[in-house]
Amino acid sequence: MEPNLATSIGPIQLDKPVMLASGILGISLDVFNRLYRSGAGAVVTKSLSTEPWEGYPNPTIFSVKGGGWINAVGLSNPGAENFAKMIEPNKDVPIVVSLVGSIPEDFEKMIKQFENCKVTAYELNLSCPHVAKVGLEVGDDPELVKKIVSTVKNSTNVPVIAKVGLGTTHYLNTVSTAIESGIDAITAINTVRSMAIDVETQRPILSNKFGGLSGTPIKPIALRCVYEISSKYDIPIIGCGGISDWEDAVEFFLAGASAVQLGSAIGDNWIDVFNEINTGISQYMEKKNYSKIEEMVGIAKKS
Amino acid sequence: MQRNHNHTTIVTVEKVIDETPTVRTLVFSDKVMSNVLPGQFAMVWIPGINELPMSVMISDESGKAAFTVRKHGAASTGLFNVKVGEQIGIRGPYGNSFDLREGRLLLVGGGTGLVPMMRLLTHVKPTDDVTVLIGAKSKDEVFFEDLANRLLENNPHKVIVSTDDGSYGEKGFVTDLVEKHVEQTKFDGVYVCGPEIMMYKTVQSAHSRGIFVQASLERMMKCGVGICGSCCVGEDLVCKDGTVFDGQHLSQNKEFGKFHRNKAGILENY
Repeated sequence: MEPNLATSIGPIQLDKPVMLASGILGISLDVFNRLYRSGAGAVVTKSLSTEPWEGYPNPTIFSVKGGGWINAVGLSNPGAENFAKMIEPNKDVPIVVSLVGSIPEDFEKMIKQFENCKVTAYELNLSCPHVAKVGLEVGDDPELVKKIVSTVKNSTNVPVIAKVGLGTTHYLNTVSTAIESGIDAITAINTVRSMAIDVETQRPILSNKFGGLSGTPIKPIALRCVYEISSKYDIPIIGCGGISDWEDAVEFFLAGASAVQLGSAIGDNWIDVFNEINTGISQYMEKKNYSKIEEMVGIAKKS
Repeated sequence: MQRNHNHTTIVTVEKVIDETPTVRTLVFSDKVMSNVLPGQFAMVWIPGINELPMSVMISDESGKAAFTVRKHGAASTGLFNVKVGEQIGIRGPYGNSFDLREGRLLLVGGGTGLVPMMRLLTHVKPTDDVTVLIGAKSKDEVFFEDLANRLLENNPHKVIVSTDDGSYGEKGFVTDLVEKHVEQTKFDGVYVCGPEIMMYKTVQSAHSRGIFVQASLERMMKCGVGICGSCCVGEDLVCKDGTVFDGQHLSQNKEFGKFHRNKAGILENY
């Protein structure tokens, strides 16, 4: 029997398990359509704020010698209102709207702006490591996480995901706070705060000095986090961090993720990477006699 | 070991040429950049200031390359002000290149859009009959006319300049000249780089007559490697799918010639 790539992340149903991660390519509906045609199970938008943000000046990205990228784009985005208007005509593409804000009211306001849009889920960015007063600074504050998640859950019937990362508060505490406040799923992890210095000119390369490390170097860390979350909590997980081929994706399923997100791999292998990974997963499932993704989710924990 | 094109390489500016009061060419030694294909670009870091995408200019010395920059915003002004002996960082080359046909060729360029056109001229065959149209606002903004003639000295060729105010060459918009030329001659290939409206009209003039045409697009870029999405035009990413696109493809694109995105990603009219 042909394996079925459909997956459920709690209340979220996707036809394919490989999603576009937030921050990547996510500013045009035409590009979303193209990614969907190229095999993405869903696309996550850039993190949207209540007002448009220009982000940081260049350089905003740096290629690490051992692989991976450090970026400090600075959450540039057209603002939730403009973005909602742009995706209003969308009927086909499963769009997960990523939101970033400092207080519960920011999130409440933005969710109202998406009333006329088809939104598959909201993903709360509690973990961007390079912008002040949002992202990780919010995720590190358990009281604020509690208030934001409860407010968002009260403002919408659409499933809500929390994206966590490695901050000063242990990410497992953030996960448990989010679960207690009613979150539907967890995305783990975000980029890891880092930097790069040019020895010739003797200065930090990124205009913001600090950025977030993504790509292959963080994959083993992300995998460990997914494994830990799934071992400790009964919550659907989306794995994110350095996934670049089907084996990486399968590792995350075996660790407990029901779906995965890609970012940096697109820079290295371009948009074809979605179909390549889908095909690889499918062949693996055939070989191992799985008919559904869920049959392999968390298997590695049993060993 | 071969260099990873995504890693920043530091080079020293060896020569600065004033092309016009607002345009300069900065020459540096770098084998990789000296051999890029026409249409490809580098991300250029001006330490402490900014980083911006630049088409790679040819140099008449082997092993060297250059950037020709017009001072405009903070980043381009920063690059414009780099002096001999100062360092800049480069990564790339990125992007695709032109599909250069043979026979009767028309190259159209405006401002620093002439940079990929000059590099394209180094790839034409001696038998090609080449017409170059250079558009500028006024006489003091004309550059690369002599260079184009020099690069084509072994070819049947014409280099025609038009200025909007008529202070040099033919008076009027270069796109009117394009229209006239494609009306008279069935070119085997038309290539354009310059302001978006110039490219839009050139593509229309050629494509509507069934003439093969390509344009090298410019957009605001942050990463240059297909991650950030800043440079999208409709469903296309200039950094990865371009910079060069066929007229056939562009004629289906809803944003080409009409909109570009600002730093926040909001569509703005041209």
